[in-house]
Amino acid sequence: MSTESYEDTLERLGELLSCKSDLGKVAAAKIEKLFGELEEQKSNKSSDAVERIRSGFIHFKTHKYLKKPSLYNALAKSQSPKFLVFACSDSRVSPSHILNFQPGEAFEIRNIANMVPVFDKTQHSGTGAAMEYPITELNVENILVIGHSRCGGIEALMSIKDDAAPHKSVFIENWVKIGTSAKNKIKQEYGDLSFQEQCTHCEKEAVNVTLGNLLSYPFVRERVEKGKLALRGAHYDFVKGTFELWELDVKITPAFAFS
Amino acid sequence: MAPAFGKCFTFCCAKTSPEGDEMATDAYEAAIKGLKDLLSKKADLGNVAAEKIKELTQELKELDSSNSDAVERIKSGFTHFKTQKYLKDSARFNDLAKGQSPKFLVFACSDSRVCPSHILNFQPGEAFVVRNIANMVPPFDQKRHSGVGAAVEYAVVHLKVENILVIGHSRCGGIKGLMSIEDDAAPTKSDFIENWVKIGASARNKIKEEHQGLDDEAKCTECEKEAVNVSLGNLLSYPFVRAEVVKNTLAIRGAHYNFVKGTFDLWELDFKTTPAYAFS
Repeated sequence: MSTESYEDTLERLGELLSCKSDLGKVAAAKIEKLFGELEEQKSNKSSDAVERIRSGFIHFKTHKYLKKPSLYNALAKSQSPKFLVFACSDSRVSPSHILNFQPGEAFEIRNIANMVPVFDKTQHSGTGAAMEYPITELNVENILVIGHSRCGGIEALMSIKDDAAPHKSVFIENWVKIGTSAKNKIKQEYGDLSFQEQCTHCEKEAVNVTLGNLLSYPFVRERVEKGKLALRGAHYDFVKGTFELWELDVKITPAFAFS
Repeated sequence: MAPAFGKCFTFCCAKTSPEGDEMATDAYEAAIKGLKDLLSKKADLGNVAAEKIKELTQELKELDSSNSDAVERIKSGFTHFKTQKYLKDSARFNDLAKGQSPKFLVFACSDSRVCPSHILNFQPGEAFVVRNIANMVPPFDQKRHSGVGAAVEYAVVHLKVENILVIGHSRCGGIKGLMSIEDDAAPTKSDFIENWVKIGASARNKIKEEHQGLDDEAKCTECEKEAVNVSLGNLLSYPFVRAEVVKNTLAIRGAHYNFVKGTFDLWELDFKTTPAYAFS
């Protein structure tokens, strides 16, 4: 990060050259080269990206942030979202778009294929932490896991022919294997369908695997049992423009006491 | 459901659709019939049954109001999206249905106030987004951090994004949690949170050393930014990231969104390896 303005650096350069005037020609050549480089930068990708970020933030600030000062003042102090949402990292499925969630409404976890692994302090601290905070400290009331069409992660899972074979990827196969039981179920029950149709079924079944895995977290289970936390699954199909929503009903009956 | 020994989990998946409603009504009617059959044989259970049905009705009323709020919120949210965006821009959504080619991989905190779709106005198709506590990128670790690894691998190797952007933010609960850890060796109070935010431990140590004069909130602000730098450094521990960065096909940037002041700072990680000198 540069804290000096270009005027300051030019001033320092001027001071140096006034002491060492023999460096003048060298300095001139270097400055010409720099000028050329800067001209190029105007049209290169780096400034495109910076401009995209800058204009995106300005849009947000003028159309949203400054137009609702009381909302943003309140949010600056604290958040109390009602939803914890798991969505895929896919650029096409942001919950803020597809469900119009506004700032403050939804705590979001986004990863490949919107997966929640089984409780594991060693291998999956990231997902665990991202759930522990909203559930135990923010007291969200709803968990929503959203699968989606044409999911690359699910496609990768379904493409794994042999679970024991060495992985082709560094990380991806290891991660998507969280959904292995979904893949197996689909291959068994829908073996006659096309690969793409099988993937669609797996996208939904993997959501159910995740809903089940949620219950392996004690802080989820205890709130679900008390009726303080609802678990739902969903599938967003951007090819057809549809959204399916379902719920996981979990109940523990009182114990029969035999003696 | 028939009684079972020990604890019994009842799983029902009901769609909130006309078919789902029909299934639910059938199930309810079957249950009522079963109850009536039982009571016709055991009339003495009548009073007990009446009490329990009253309780159940009350529970269902309470459940219904909070459940239907959530379902309604989801439904109206999707309807808004569909009418205001999806149907109005069918060319874009048709293209996106075939494939995505985002230019950005963005790491943002899971905090409900800092969604990149809002704060940077990213539209569908523009940014592959990873969201976790305190927008952390852990160092390469196939065992302990496969989640982040998989997302970075997919974005960089398969989607070939041109930019990685890690966005920290003000009042970050994860960073506050990190700054609150007095003793790294002490047993953790949480199941997961402390272990996760400790990815940023070097940032915390630096802030505690260099900014002792600041108050707690100011220290947290500095740590929010320094932790982004730790993540930027960690990105370079992924060989597929390094390979693209040295070719200049991938730019790495950090940012800090301050929603108290309404500001957004952006900076870049300049990474270069010079050609090697060959000594012999």
